[in-house]
Amino acid sequence: MEPFDPAELPELLKLYYRRLFPYAQYYRWLNYGGVVKNYFQHREFSFTLKDDIYIRYQSFNNQSDLEKEMQKMNPYKIDIGAVYSHRPNQHNTVKLGAFQAQEKELVFDIDMTDYDDVRRCCSSADICSKCWTLMTMAIRIIDRALKEDFGFKHRLWVYSGRRGVHCWVCDESVRKLSSAVRSGIVEYLSLVKGGQDVKKKVHLSENVHPFVRKSISIIKKYFEGYALVGQDILENKESWDKILALVPETMHNDLQQNFQKHHSSLQRWEYLKKAASQCPSNIKNEKCGPWLEWEIMLQYCFPRLDINVSKGINHLLKSPFSVHPKTGRISVPIDLQKVDQFDPFAVPTISSICHELDAIFTSEAEKEENQAESDIKHRTRDYKKTSLAPYVKVFEQFLENLDKSRKGELLKKSGTMRETKMNYTKMNSLPCLPAYWKY
Amino acid sequence: MEFSGVKRRKPWLIGDQRKASYPHSLQFYLQPPSENISLIEFENLAIDRLKLLKSVENLGVSYVKGTELYQSKLEAEIRRLKFSYRESLEDEYEPRRKDHISHFILRLAYCQSEDLRRWFIQQEMDLLRFRFSILPKDKIQSFLQDSHLHFEAISEEEKNLREQEIIASSTSLGGPKLELEYVYKIPFADALDLFRGRKVYLENGFAYVPLKDIVAIILNEFRAKLSKALALTARSLPAVQSDERLQPLLNHLSHSYIGQDYSIQGNAGKISLDQIDSLSTKSFPPCMRQLHKALRENHHLRHGGRMQYGLFLKGIGLTLEQALQFWKQEFIKGKMDPDKFDKGYSYNIRHSFGKEGKRTDYTPFSCLKIILTNPPSQGDYHGCPFRHSDPELLKQKLQSYKITPGGISQILDLVKGTHYQVACQKYFEMTHNKISQCGQMVFKEPNEKDALAPSGNVKRHIAAAQSQRSGMRPTLPITAQCRVVTTAFSASCLLKQYSRLSSSVQG
Repeated sequence: MEPFDPAELPELLKLYYRRLFPYAQYYRWLNYGGVVKNYFQHREFSFTLKDDIYIRYQSFNNQSDLEKEMQKMNPYKIDIGAVYSHRPNQHNTVKLGAFQAQEKELVFDIDMTDYDDVRRCCSSADICSKCWTLMTMAIRIIDRALKEDFGFKHRLWVYSGRRGVHCWVCDESVRKLSSAVRSGIVEYLSLVKGGQDVKKKVHLSENVHPFVRKSISIIKKYFEGYALVGQDILENKESWDKILALVPETMHNDLQQNFQKHHSSLQRWEYLKKAASQCPSNIKNEKCGPWLEWEIMLQYCFPRLDINVSKGINHLLKSPFSVHPKTGRISVPIDLQKVDQFDPFAVPTISSICHELDAIFTSEAEKEENQAESDIKHRTRDYKKTSLAPYVKVFEQFLENLDKSRKGELLKKSGTMRETKMNYTKMNSLPCLPAYWKY
Repeated sequence: MEFSGVKRRKPWLIGDQRKASYPHSLQFYLQPPSENISLIEFENLAIDRLKLLKSVENLGVSYVKGTELYQSKLEAEIRRLKFSYRESLEDEYEPRRKDHISHFILRLAYCQSEDLRRWFIQQEMDLLRFRFSILPKDKIQSFLQDSHLHFEAISEEEKNLREQEIIASSTSLGGPKLELEYVYKIPFADALDLFRGRKVYLENGFAYVPLKDIVAIILNEFRAKLSKALALTARSLPAVQSDERLQPLLNHLSHSYIGQDYSIQGNAGKISLDQIDSLSTKSFPPCMRQLHKALRENHHLRHGGRMQYGLFLKGIGLTLEQALQFWKQEFIKGKMDPDKFDKGYSYNIRHSFGKEGKRTDYTPFSCLKIILTNPPSQGDYHGCPFRHSDPELLKQKLQSYKITPGGISQILDLVKGTHYQVACQKYFEMTHNKISQCGQMVFKEPNEKDALAPSGNVKRHIAAAQSQRSGMRPTLPITAQCRVVTTAFSASCLLKQYSRLSSSVQG
């Protein structure tokens, strides 16, 4: 892959926005079938330009307006905000208090930095293949809950470009949810509580809610590979002391001694599980048995959400297909069918796809005769020739599902209308019958 | 054809028609009444309902809500005032009609300020909660339907499919009881307070809520609807108030919700400084007693304590001059320079009497405010001993106040259940019964006895001080603390009970 140099961004972005950004699909998404008037026109975008110039309340009339503006301004970062009561770019003309955020997708932001206390391989903005499993588990757990518990159908997971993932829930009813309900959803999905000064961050009650139970079974599939082998959380005294901090004091001596005797995290974990199930459960205020094992697993693996991102209707979040200015990576959709295989290091950077495009263009231009024609053809198919293509395909599948849902809803609504019409005509014909009988 | 001079007879509903208009003993008051009534009836209905709501409030402070004692007393009260409560009784038309109309009349009186609205909503909710709790299970479904609440009970098969999950999610259930319970399927967004704490089973966007939890949801819906309705009523109130017949009545109603207004200076000058020491042990509530003791011992109190105690003293009748003298005398004993006192502390005392700054004549803190805000830290003596003291320390304190062991354990139980104000109530009962029963201990000074005579001045003054409701935070998450709110909040005047009880004790 072509190495990314941030200094080249202005030129790269120019090419990206002219030839590669999937405007048609992007517009198709945010327009939501044009069912609600002005839905796209009232959407707020924010741009971060060169030299960190930040402009809010951008809005556009249609796809071509969006294209022109983006190509003109060449934003380093694009964020998507809420759908407002008026066109955001005219918000200054609106009476004070009348300009309100009305709808927005429910979004989640999972950031690897929030796991620094439980990952040994990296810290802060760094990621590696070993700790990426945390994101895999997070996606699986959260997605399952959003789908099966809350019944949300249209969920788009996107790689943020550096150290995390975002989720956009786009169901019609979800876009209308209040801030309170959004907060409630995040609370439902939260298990790891406490900051730096809190050692033990997960406390389960005796009654284990189905959400927790199902999340634990997901974690179990990855725990050995991720935590015991990859992270090696019981490798040495320094690392296993951290686990002991989560375990009742009465068990410490026994565990310390036996950990010395074993040779791998795997063995030590087996021992811990056995010890936990054996300790007497009449110890006041301390839990033993499987809860202990689960609490440790959850603290090391369960997703950590940022509530502020999700609860505000007017919160701005990085747009899919925007570029990360530090890594050059494109924020690409993640294929849920292939979550385990997703590799953040294989995600194309803006330099690599521009390079790919150049190579194709030069070879094709030699063949093409009509330059103007080829230009238009190129524009509509360019991304397809680069490594961006499969990701756009995932996005298109997501859009297909949205369309299908929308059509289904419309059919339902018109169906009930037709039914009532038919009943009405039936009723009208009824009075005739006795009259007919007369004769 | 013209009809003139013919008086329209008010249609009397017969039998089934009457039942149909009020199919249930309780309702959400979604539709305002549309009949004509006389002014006299208007007034009587309003007053009766006000009496009922005040009883609801008082009972809520004196007894733990939901207990048998509370339920039976409330039922007796409702019956006495001839309101509807039970589903299965015959000819419930009149009580239900009374209930309906009187609710809407009181809406007019209680929509005018945030305080009034809060009080009204709280009592109405408590009343509804009680009525709902005695509704027979089979009637619940039809009641919900008639109230346009989209809660459907799921079938047995559906319940069996999800039995494990529902039992694992709902803390209010226990084991095999699920067969007897109704389970309701409602859109998850309507069960916010349940699902946010993972207290309910969610599947495909629906919450499967057992009957016990549905009550909380219904009450929330009721509160939301009533709150909105009151706001709307307030907006259209000017039109109503312009009717001269109604204006005086509505004003009178909304001012009588608290019984006595303890902020007025009517109490001033009825107490002398040397009475305070003895009063503090005999008649002060424990919070003030502890503050007074700390002041005497340390010759100083920190800001929180000065505020809480200072305003209390004002409430029981200390004048500004008396207050200044009182605090200065005490602080000087602590080797404070009199000038320093004048510079640093007297301004604040004058300020709390409304003589400085924005000139607000501050009212004494309510129990609610003391319990919920500004918890004491090391070196503080303010707050509510039932709320803020370690149970062991509280026990010792009560023992030193010579409360019987039985009484102490009752009080500690109440504290454990976060019923802080009921605990304080119990404390009052314990201390004052004792005084009346024990013949020779009754009154050392004749004027004290006089003071406890029918007008009950001293008692009332002390009771008066703790009466105001103010400063309740508008929204509280439903956590354990919320139970404090629901019990504490219902008292507009805890120590009002002190005076009522004392007058009943006197006979």
